[in-house]
Formats: sequence, C-alpha cells, structure tokens
Amino acid sequence: MVKIEQDILGKNDQYAAANRRHFAERAIFALNLVSSPGSGKTSLLTRTLHDLSGEIPLAVIEGDQETSQDAERIRATGAPAIQINTGKGCHLDAHMVGHAVESLAPASGSVLFIENVGNLVCPAAFDLGEAHKVAILSVTEGEDKPIKYPDMFYAADLLLLNKIDLLPYLQFDVERCIDFARRVNPQVEVMRISATSGEGMSQWYEWIRSAREQRHA
Amino acid sequence: MHEMSICEGIVQVIEAQAALQNYQRVKTVWLEIGALSGVEIEALKFCFDAVCHDTIAAGSSLHICEVPGSAWCMQCARALTVTARYDPCPNCGSYQLQVTGGDEMRIKELEVA
Repeated sequence: MVKIEQDILGKNDQYAAANRRHFAERAIFALNLVSSPGSGKTSLLTRTLHDLSGEIPLAVIEGDQETSQDAERIRATGAPAIQINTGKGCHLDAHMVGHAVESLAPASGSVLFIENVGNLVCPAAFDLGEAHKVAILSVTEGEDKPIKYPDMFYAADLLLLNKIDLLPYLQFDVERCIDFARRVNPQVEVMRISATSGEGMSQWYEWIRSAREQRHA
Repeated sequence: MHEMSICEGIVQVIEAQAALQNYQRVKTVWLEIGALSGVEIEALKFCFDAVCHDTIAAGSSLHICEVPGSAWCMQCARALTVTARYDPCPNCGSYQLQVTGGDEMRIKELEVA
C-alpha cells in the first residue's frame, strides 16, 4: 500500500498559484468570465474594452473550442488579445492560461479578462489564478440556471444579469433568479446590465475599478 | 462534468508518484470524492479504464469513498449535512449556509506491485 493523499486537480492548482504570483508581481487584475454559450460575453467584453480603454491598460485571453473569431472581435477594439482553442476540451486550465500570459505579456497594472469556454459546468472546477470569477447569465436563458448549475454560481463572486433590455419581451422573473443565485451563494453580488443598451454598465465598471484597487492596495 | 480529464489527472499523479515511491504497477486506486464536487461517479468509473489503458495503472480497480456534503447554517449556528449547494437548512429553512466539506477530489492510496 502506498499513501498518496493528493488532490486530483492539484497540478492545476499549482499552475494557478504560479499564475496568481505572476499577476501579483505585475499588479495584473485577472477576471475569469464564465457563462453558457450565447450569454453575450464577447459583446459585453468588446463594450467594456471600448469604454475603459484610455483609462486602464486592458488585455484579453479568449477561450473557445474552435476558431479565432472572438479574438478578432476583441482585437478590433484595439486591446491585445490571444486565442486559446481547447479543441475537444470543455474548459480552460491554469497551464493553458500560463502559456497564453507568456505570449500575450499584459502590461503591468492591466485588467486581464479571461473569457472562458461557454459552459456552465466544467470551468467552475478549474482555478486559473484569477482574482474573481464573474458569471454572466442572460435573461433569455431561464431564471433557474443558478440552481441547475449550482457549482458555477457558487464559484462566482459577481453575477452579471445581461440583456435586460429584452425583459419586456420575456417571461423572466429577475427577483426569482437572484433568489436562486443567493440560495447557492448567499454572498454573490448581482448587477443588471445590458451590453447592447449600456444600462447598468457603469456599475460594472465601478466594480472593476474598486475591486482592482482593493486587490493591489 | 469532465470526468475524462479528471481521470487523466489521476493517472498523472500516479505516474509522478511511481518514481518517488518506487512502484511499477498499480493494482487498486482509492479515491475520496465529495458529494458537492460535481463529479459523476459512474462516468468517472467508465472513463477510468479507458484512460488507464497502456499506463502503469492498466487494469487496476477503482474504489471510491463518497464524502457527504456538510455545511454550517449561519442562522441557527449549527453543522448539518447537505446533498446539494442549493439545499436549505432543514431546521430553519434558511439558505444562508456555508459549505464546509464535500467538495474534495483526492487520491487517498494505492495498492501497488
């Protein structure tokens, strides 16, 4: 008999810790954006990059199974971006992110957005070395997602409820959705936004500014 | 979720430990998997054999010790057992619970040759 006593994802956690050290040394504020496919992550990101450019150095790591279309959309805003294609993989892991950070070399003091693969299950388990996970849920997806996919909503510190400009056309109970999210994660902060109309976006930017300051105070 | 990559993680650890602890073949693997870890045990067992093929753990048997979810209710200040992250406290109905255990995914020990 041989004792092992090791976490199965221990190797990922070691890479994540190395990423976190790298980010701390360079005052890089990394956010891991997680959601299902089609929640509007890339649109949210392009608008955010557009509105914050000139104020804060920004950089993006894009994760998708295939294509570099998203990285091209991001680069069109002027922000440096790198695409990771996971192939058959359903999530980004800390090792892939470490390599992407090496090639991307974000400037000191940057906000680094890591757009994870659209998937509400697997990315919850993989620490990438980020400061916070931010979950994006669009109101076209159904208000019970937080209890259907509890691990993801438990792992997130902030929940952005996107596409609220579409609420008049939908039967989506915002309060019920927030109640479900808080059942899973009583501490989660929730913001109602629309990346299309711009509603609520200033609150999201304020959160980025203050969380970044707190992180590197 | 990604039971295949979890199995790959298990084999990586086993192979890395083989050099340190001096074994050539693994006969049995004991894991500890929490009820809140998100791992589907049946899927894990299914993937395990496939991933172990052509490794030092080929043909090994897998034993899984399931750890129940535990939480602390902040309203009634007591420890309780939960089966999911969205469970309410059975005593007071509150959702103000802090999960304290049941999310582990660990390799405990091996029977080796």
